[in-house]
Amino acid sequence: MAMKGYKLPHEVPWDDIELGAIVTEPGSASFKRTGDWRTEHPVVDKEKCIKCAICWLHCPDAAITPMDDGYFEPDLYHCKGCGICAAVCPKDAITMHQEVEQ
Amino acid sequence: MTERVVLEASHAVAEAVKMANVDVVAAYPITPQTHIPERLAEMVADGELDAAYIPVESEHSAMSCVLGSAAVGARSFTTTAAQGLELMHEAVYIASSHRYPIVMAICNRALSAPISIWCDHSDAMSCRDVGWISVFCQNNQEAFDMTAWAFRVGEDPDVMLPVMVNLDGFTLSHVTEPLLLPDQKDVDRFIPNYEYRLALRPESPTSHGGFGLPDIYSEVKYAQEIAIRESLGVVKKAWEEFASIFGRSYQPIETYKAEGAETLIVTMGSLGETAKMVVDGMREDGVAVGHLNIRLWRPFPFADFREAVKGVKSLAVLDRAYSFGGPGGPVASELKAALYDVENRPKIVSFIGGLGGREVDTPVFEYMVKRTMDISGTGDSFLYEPLEVRGLETGSGVRG
Repeated sequence: MAMKGYKLPHEVPWDDIELGAIVTEPGSASFKRTGDWRTEHPVVDKEKCIKCAICWLHCPDAAITPMDDGYFEPDLYHCKGCGICAAVCPKDAITMHQEVEQ
Repeated sequence: MTERVVLEASHAVAEAVKMANVDVVAAYPITPQTHIPERLAEMVADGELDAAYIPVESEHSAMSCVLGSAAVGARSFTTTAAQGLELMHEAVYIASSHRYPIVMAICNRALSAPISIWCDHSDAMSCRDVGWISVFCQNNQEAFDMTAWAFRVGEDPDVMLPVMVNLDGFTLSHVTEPLLLPDQKDVDRFIPNYEYRLALRPESPTSHGGFGLPDIYSEVKYAQEIAIRESLGVVKKAWEEFASIFGRSYQPIETYKAEGAETLIVTMGSLGETAKMVVDGMREDGVAVGHLNIRLWRPFPFADFREAVKGVKSLAVLDRAYSFGGPGGPVASELKAALYDVENRPKIVSFIGGLGGREVDTPVFEYMVKRTMDISGTGDSFLYEPLEVRGLETGSGVRG
């Protein structure tokens, strides 16, 4: 995840916080890693996928990402593993897989 | 050209807002503040004031509205009292947390219940910890001066905090007396044009009101706390500038006939005028009494206060609000805290009175002075003494 020198909140000392904690970096919430909350992750089976984009429409975190080839892949930096993509897929092309400690 | 005019204090506030060239006024009328928004609405309607007057459906909307206008960098004003202040309460915190220099006049009024439209300071005390700079006025001239000063201080790049100007409901807000209205050119010199660096603009996007996880919240709050503490320097500097332009001098803590005084009456707000009259009378009778006015309530001027009470034996502190089940009057308990580590500190006697518009006239102040002097001699101690409560024997101190 490119952050262009942007500091995450836990890296900022109190006297370096912008006035009123106002955020001057548009879209900076995307820098926050939320993918580590997950207990399951989605896996897309391209054999079954018909590129209908229903998973992309329903993902509450905008973590389903359209790829150049027209398929969709989960952005695991942000995906919280809610499973909505798998539930709404009309072709059962998405399955949820348990996270395991390496 | 400075003009000597006769104005109601509420209208003096409106004049100051107009001369500060405010951009947005959003307010909901509530007794006893009504004359301020009424006059401002009239000024806008008559073309005297080039501002947006936004009539809102509640005080919560009034504060929310000026949060929005402040976010785009507009000079913004609102005004309320009592229940109105309580209704806008959650948004009041946001103004200081976002560091928006909104100015708000509060015509201090007792909180319900029972419903009372009259003055005390329970509304101001409910906003003690909201992070706004807070001043109290004693007369109409001060109502004008503090309102104009509030814009100058709040918008200072080294401060950037909202400011509340407290004036006692009715006993000040509705009083008509002469005051000096300064020349517009001098006001313009005192309150420079305001540019908000972080204003919401499509070409330089910013997000106001972001989410603060536990990993940043403490740092944000500490930055806010240091900002209001360090605003004291600008507060004083702005009063010095004010004095050099307009000729009237203000201090965070002001004393009257304190030299050689054994006891000081301590007040905030318009009762200071009565207290000074009492001091004059008692001094003629040879009683060593003076007066201390707390003009600046937040940030509390600890060093100025400690300096002002050096060598004084006792303080008779009048609070116009309860801290229910707490340590006594909120002002008195704060003063006690301010002096806890000071050697040879004066004895503080806390009185609670003037609630819900109850008169505090000269005999009450004379009683407070005598009682304070007596107690200082006996070493008796209690949390506070309620003043003039029917059915309660005079001198009944409430103990913890």
